[in-house]
Amino acid sequence: MTVPRGEIFGFLGPNGAGKTTSVKLLLGLLRPSSGEAWLLGERIGDLETRRRIGYLPELFRYQGWLDAREVLALHCELAPLPRSTWKEEIKSALNTVGLSDRADDRVSTFSKGMQQRLGLAAALVGKPELVFLDEPTSALDPVGRHDVREIIRGLSARGTAVFLNSHLLSEVEQVCDRVAVVDHGRVIASGTMDELLSGTAVRVRVSGLDQAAKAKLAAFGPIDDEGEQLTFTKLDIERVPELVSTIVAIGGRVYEVAPRHQTLEDRFLQLLHEEEA
Amino acid sequence: MSPVFVFARLTVQEASRRRLLLALVILTLLVVGFSAWGFNKITTVTRSDGTVLPAQQVTLISSQLLIVVTFMYSGVLALSAAVVAGPLISSEVESGLLLSELARPVRRSEVVIGKWLGLAILVTAYAAGSAFLELTAVDWATGYVPPHPIELVIYVAAEGLALLSLGLLLSTRLSGITGGVIALVAWLMAWIAGVVGDIGTGLQNSALQNVGTISHLLLPTDGLWRGAVYAMEPDVILATLRAAGTAGRANPFSAVDPPPTAFLTWVVVWFALMLTLSVWSFRTREI
Repeated sequence: MTVPRGEIFGFLGPNGAGKTTSVKLLLGLLRPSSGEAWLLGERIGDLETRRRIGYLPELFRYQGWLDAREVLALHCELAPLPRSTWKEEIKSALNTVGLSDRADDRVSTFSKGMQQRLGLAAALVGKPELVFLDEPTSALDPVGRHDVREIIRGLSARGTAVFLNSHLLSEVEQVCDRVAVVDHGRVIASGTMDELLSGTAVRVRVSGLDQAAKAKLAAFGPIDDEGEQLTFTKLDIERVPELVSTIVAIGGRVYEVAPRHQTLEDRFLQLLHEEEA
Repeated sequence: MSPVFVFARLTVQEASRRRLLLALVILTLLVVGFSAWGFNKITTVTRSDGTVLPAQQVTLISSQLLIVVTFMYSGVLALSAAVVAGPLISSEVESGLLLSELARPVRRSEVVIGKWLGLAILVTAYAAGSAFLELTAVDWATGYVPPHPIELVIYVAAEGLALLSLGLLLSTRLSGITGGVIALVAWLMAWIAGVVGDIGTGLQNSALQNVGTISHLLLPTDGLWRGAVYAMEPDVILATLRAAGTAGRANPFSAVDPPPTAFLTWVVVWFALMLTLSVWSFRTREI
């Protein structure tokens, strides 16, 4: 698996699939039990390579007794950047994440969302060539999420590769050039959005079907069962009449049939169903 | 600036911003004030015949009282070092604070050594500052100055540094509260083991003596405390203790001889071992 420069790469998977572990392995925070990986042309763990990398952890926390400007100065110092550039770097990072007016406030007074913005600013200092963002919008409101998407697109436009871990599939769908789906520590699918989302999903609102009856619909592919809402996550549109007649034949009552272009969530669920099978 | 000094500076800055330094300074000033008043009373107290104590007796009482007061200071220093060092690394690992910092070109050894250095500066500064204030107050109140004040500061500071080093090592693997409690219990056990060793010396029982010796090797705080006591004892007390033979050595608040060179060499090795173990332990920890 390769992530080229300038690409926004989405890394998806259910809880416990190994997404954060993978990022920590790449950053040298964990040691791999086997296998090899390279970052910016160097083997993982290389200290010098880390000068060119930014990281926003999923578990983000910064010194509450420092103010936002001091936290970013600390990251400039550890990066390490020439002192003459700190002022401009800090100003630019604070502007980017919308924290300029809180630059001199103690981090302990920040909301969780503001701390996440600060973490993103810290990841951006030094204009890294590669940025790892682990659930970067988990604490943000819709406006904040929109801002982060814009920041990610801006990073990509200037040639920075972005490695994005996220549970928010719609968000990944909106910004990522390519995604990989990981489950139980193994990549089960990867490709561009077009490659992954080639099928059609069909949502059917139905009543009168028990579990035994629903099992008879397995021939129509993976089903996301939400009670009266059944979503056939990969079904050829030509088979919809056959599906409806089968449901009626086994005693179901059909209220709505809605074919739609497969979303990343449909495809994600489909991949996990296939993996379980 | 090297990451070691960055982490050292952060540690000092945190203690200052969280008002730990301010609390220690205020409490120390209170203790110095009260003890100055108490020491001054020794010079004015009268016996049943209405006469004040002779200068030699004032010196004797002052020297013994100073040992007790210094024991309190060494206790405060040891407690503070253990409580602050216990969560020094573990709390930052648990909260995730270290994640973004370790993703920078920073070695884990630099984090450990930097934090040790920062806390060591605080411990040494507190030992030197509080000793200067207390000794000045005692000198003002009674005219008594212990025979080796510089050595006294070094031994008390080293005792705090030993607890800090043990706390830091535990902090690389255990939670803050667990590491702090273990360090404190170890400090108390080492002191009690030293008392057992004293009893062994008094009774000339080698098994009991060995308890003291082994505890001095495992955690040298009690051995260092004896060095501090020796630095405070006037010649007349030393002569009396030596004249008492082995019985004169059976007291945790007295020392007949300075710590042997072999012990002091071991203390240096012990510090190096603690730091090396801390670096190795943190380097191999998954975070």
